[in-house]
Amino acid sequence: MEHTHHYRDGRLCRRLAEQIASMCAEDIRIMEVCGTHTVSAFRHGIRTLLPRSLSLISGPGCPVCVTDQAELDAFIEIANMPDTILATFGDLMRVPATGSSLQKEKAKGKDIRMVYSTMDALDLARANPERQVVFAGVGFETTAPTIAASILAAHAESLRNYSVYCAHKRVPPALDALMHLSGIEIQGFLLPGHVSVIIGEQAYAAFFEKHRIPCVIAGFEPADMLYGIGRLAEMIASGTPGLENAYGRAVSEQGNLRARQVMDRVFETTDALWRGLGRIADSGLAIGEEFADFDAARRFCVNVRPAAAPAGCACGEVLTGRCLPPQCPLYAGVCTPAHPVGPCMVSSEGTCAAYWKYNRLSDGWGK
Amino acid sequence: MKNHTIALDHGSGGLLSHELTEKIMLPAFDNPVLSRLDDSAVIESQKGRMAFSTDSFVVDPLFFPGGNIGDLAVNGTVNDIAMSGAVPLYLSAGLIIEEGFAVRDLETIIASMAAAARQAGVSIVAGDTKVVPPGAADKLFINTSGVGWIDGDLEINAANARAGDCVLLSGTMADHGMTILNQREGLSFDADVKSDSAALNGLVARMLSVAPDGIRVLRDPTRGGVATALNEIALASGTGIQINESSLPVRKSVSGLCELLGIDPLYAANEGKLIAIVDRACADAVLTALRQDPLGTDACIIGQVTADHPGRVVMETAIGGRRIVDMLTGGQLPRIC
Ligand code: SF4
Repeated sequence: MEHTHHYRDGRLCRRLAEQIASMCAEDIRIMEVCGTHTVSAFRHGIRTLLPRSLSLISGPGCPVCVTDQAELDAFIEIANMPDTILATFGDLMRVPATGSSLQKEKAKGKDIRMVYSTMDALDLARANPERQVVFAGVGFETTAPTIAASILAAHAESLRNYSVYCAHKRVPPALDALMHLSGIEIQGFLLPGHVSVIIGEQAYAAFFEKHRIPCVIAGFEPADMLYGIGRLAEMIASGTPGLENAYGRAVSEQGNLRARQVMDRVFETTDALWRGLGRIADSGLAIGEEFADFDAARRFCVNVRPAAAPAGCACGEVLTGRCLPPQCPLYAGVCTPAHPVGPCMVSSEGTCAAYWKYNRLSDGWGK
Repeated sequence: MKNHTIALDHGSGGLLSHELTEKIMLPAFDNPVLSRLDDSAVIESQKGRMAFSTDSFVVDPLFFPGGNIGDLAVNGTVNDIAMSGAVPLYLSAGLIIEEGFAVRDLETIIASMAAAARQAGVSIVAGDTKVVPPGAADKLFINTSGVGWIDGDLEINAANARAGDCVLLSGTMADHGMTILNQREGLSFDADVKSDSAALNGLVARMLSVAPDGIRVLRDPTRGGVATALNEIALASGTGIQINESSLPVRKSVSGLCELLGIDPLYAANEGKLIAIVDRACADAVLTALRQDPLGTDACIIGQVTADHPGRVVMETAIGGRRIVDMLTGGQLPRIC
């Protein structure tokens, strides 16, 4: 872990912060698209180093948070099917679906297992041949290749009792949808590091050409983020937008070609529902015809009924930068991590949870 | 013992129970109070106020680098008693064993309990063993309770922290919690990490000998880690606590594992560390005393108590920013102790 120390060097970070301050004569609004950036900014105190004229707005970058209510309800429905094991990453367990959550279903005796990887879910299927194992596929391009790989593995060994309910989403179409929302006034995007490792810088080229808005791919260490924010501030101040990769040690132009091939083989793009952004064309990943057998939605004819978000919850606005968590009337009073109303207060990468956890003092740091 | 595994009869109170006690427990714990095998242990009362504590241990796995459930169960209760400034003297041990448990493993665990008790200078004077059918318990659970006596009018408790006091930590964070995580199924990263399970009463005695009036609060940051213990102190005393990220001691291998698993070492369990809130005037003397003990070589001052932000813990981050260090809410892995 030696290398991380360099990117957490106090002097380097303060120098970067000073440079940013010198470029922020006017108010600017930058959106960090990725939930990991949101948490890192709070955890390292990055927001407290930034000038007050710069607002760092969290975007739709927490996969659990953008999952539509209807999809959360579908997971509950699957967990209630007979002879079925629902396998999921831990962060989905406590997210409130309509009238329940996976954790509550588990407490009622439904067989829901927390796994650390899709390979664990495959192992479950191998060990329980008499039962159906369904993986709850929630995430972005970061985890999509591992889902695809699990389907390829299941196909290769004719594992008939494994399937995936795929609610995976793609980041670039969501950026485009954000640009069409009124009232967000974002002047630059700090683009996600992990997603970009897979899809590469090229994946944002069309978006950038269309909107000519400053875009910088950044890593997650404090110096990475401060450098990325600095580049954005400079582009905004000088009126020269660009698409830049400031995370060259992990992200290439083309991304991870093998991972992209695996994804292309298994998935096709489809319209998807996002909390806060609604239906976005081509923003989802669906399991393609060749692997239709492994698509839980088709195998079990899962009924996806439109469902309303929790009453009073402003997650949709929070996820699109139109509302800060403390502006939600339920924040901190009714809605806390112990008693979450919306997904943004549950997920470890949720914006409301991050504000509550790191930013509850009254002196308004981090704005 | 003839049997290789524990049977239901070992907990029946009959012959096999007797054999378990005679062959394994008594020789290991070897003390006159226990050997009488009466229904209750009768011990001499000591001068002063008595501290009394209990804790149940369900750690999974039972064996881990740096210890096992046996020494953990003894050290855990010894430490809870020591954190009130009391001198721990007597412990009880209740075992709940799942049928089919290997006798050899039980012997190893009992030997560890005995060794830990000897090391800490306490006697295990009362005990009980129950055996339950497979599935009714997972392998082995241990409850320990203990008593100790507080000398004079020593007042050490969480409400005592005052603005201006120093916050000391006796060594590196997260060793126990990350060891258990590392052992768990699916998380078998190859890292050289080891539990810090240890009795801290010797360390406390050393601190009290150099600053009998200067120690305000002692806490052993077990479940919930240093962050949770500091929050409890801030809440109980109505003060604010300010810590510095760059002075928090974490072993390199442990910090690497934390990074990999996305775990904040501030929230990971410790089983052989203490937090001391100390009058600023004695902080250096206490720190020196801590460092003279093998259990305190990495001790350091990690922050101070302040009148600002009462009830909250705030950290100056390594890069010079600030953030709240909150209580843990959910998300913690179960059965680490
Ligand atoms: S504070 Fe709670 S209710 Fe409000 S937006 Fe956040 S998650 Fe939803």
